Amino acid sequence: MNVTQSASTAVERVSARGPLSAAVLKSLQGEGPGVDVASSAEQAVASTADVIRDDDVQLALFLLYAVVYGSIPELDARREWDLPLIAARLTLERAFEAAIRAVVPDWPVPEPSAGAVASTLFKVTSADTGPSLSRFLAKKATREQALEFLVLRSIYTLREADPHSWAIPRLRGRAKAALVEIQADEYGGGQAERVHAELFAKAMRGAGLDDRYGGYVDVVPAVTLASMNMMSLFGLNRRLIGAIVGHLAAFEMTSSIPSRLYADGLRRLGFGEDVTDYFDEHVEADAVHEQIAGRDLAGALAEEHPELLPDILFGATACLTLDGVVAEHVLERWQSGRCALRDVTGGGE
Amino acid sequence: MTGRRATISPYPDGPLIVRGDVELRAADGSRISTHRRTVALCRCGLSTIKPFCDGTHKAAGFKAD
Repeated sequence: MNVTQSASTAVERVSARGPLSAAVLKSLQGEGPGVDVASSAEQAVASTADVIRDDDVQLALFLLYAVVYGSIPELDARREWDLPLIAARLTLERAFEAAIRAVVPDWPVPEPSAGAVASTLFKVTSADTGPSLSRFLAKKATREQALEFLVLRSIYTLREADPHSWAIPRLRGRAKAALVEIQADEYGGGQAERVHAELFAKAMRGAGLDDRYGGYVDVVPAVTLASMNMMSLFGLNRRLIGAIVGHLAAFEMTSSIPSRLYADGLRRLGFGEDVTDYFDEHVEADAVHEQIAGRDLAGALAEEHPELLPDILFGATACLTLDGVVAEHVLERWQSGRCALRDVTGGGE
Repeated sequence: MTGRRATISPYPDGPLIVRGDVELRAADGSRISTHRRTVALCRCGLSTIKPFCDGTHKAAGFKAD
């Protein structure tokens, strides 16, 4: 993998993966897209075999969200509410949400009490038997594979916690206090150097990688973008408040033990504390967060709004499903001796 | 440090969640440093980062009652 840092801006390092992402990329930089972006989005979803694994659709959606986060600064903030781009985003979101709902397993809905909801979420997450990236990294991964892992993680983790923060103003009372309690910890509890995204940036630098956001968008597969896009979809649409809450609960509940395995694997490969610190921090942090997320956030929300319970469970199972899709992709590549990243030199795949 | 009165909540089949102004000390009186406002203390005895919880109780099937 080429880890040389280039001097180009983030957006110059993002290449289109098809006609839709090309039009979106141009339009978000303030140029005329040359085509009708909204109809291009409709054509893309009509012709794709699999929205979740479609490079053009997932990159286009990723860019449409990036302008909202401001994560790729060169994307023009004045295009954030551009009507054709919003129309395109809605088309992609509808197709993407339907595709996720179609692959996510149903789980019986418990009674709407904090205790029952927390206990169900712990059951759902512990019943997950998807492929384990963390065990592979702990025992078998090479140094090169560890770097690929950090690159894949960077798409979300350099913006860690941000997708779930969109939910804060949409909650009230106990659920709001619980989400803020978790997010305040994610954002360093008042110490800039302890912000989790900053700890991850430090880990990337320590491993000799580029820690600027967007630097590796080109090399990550569609499923990695899909995993991030799903969080943005849930976070940015108020009607999906239950799903973003359930997503956070499942994410926290499947993090502390894997984080220990990641840290062990990185130590085994000789990486320093600057790289392992992020993962060691998450062993302790997420053992706290999972308790608050299950009971005080998801549980309290379900008590106040029992009608959101199906979506809380949907968000949790969607988190596990997409994590599984990404892990499956990576392990399948690694176990056959290949790189998990896209080969951009040969025009992608 | 001044803060709100401490609370300790045993979460079902999980750790003790400690919030508020507390100082954790080892048996010899030395201070155990904490890195966050809310901490989870191990209740199952299996954590690898005691006195803090690391989530191992879940895999072990720990039941509080």
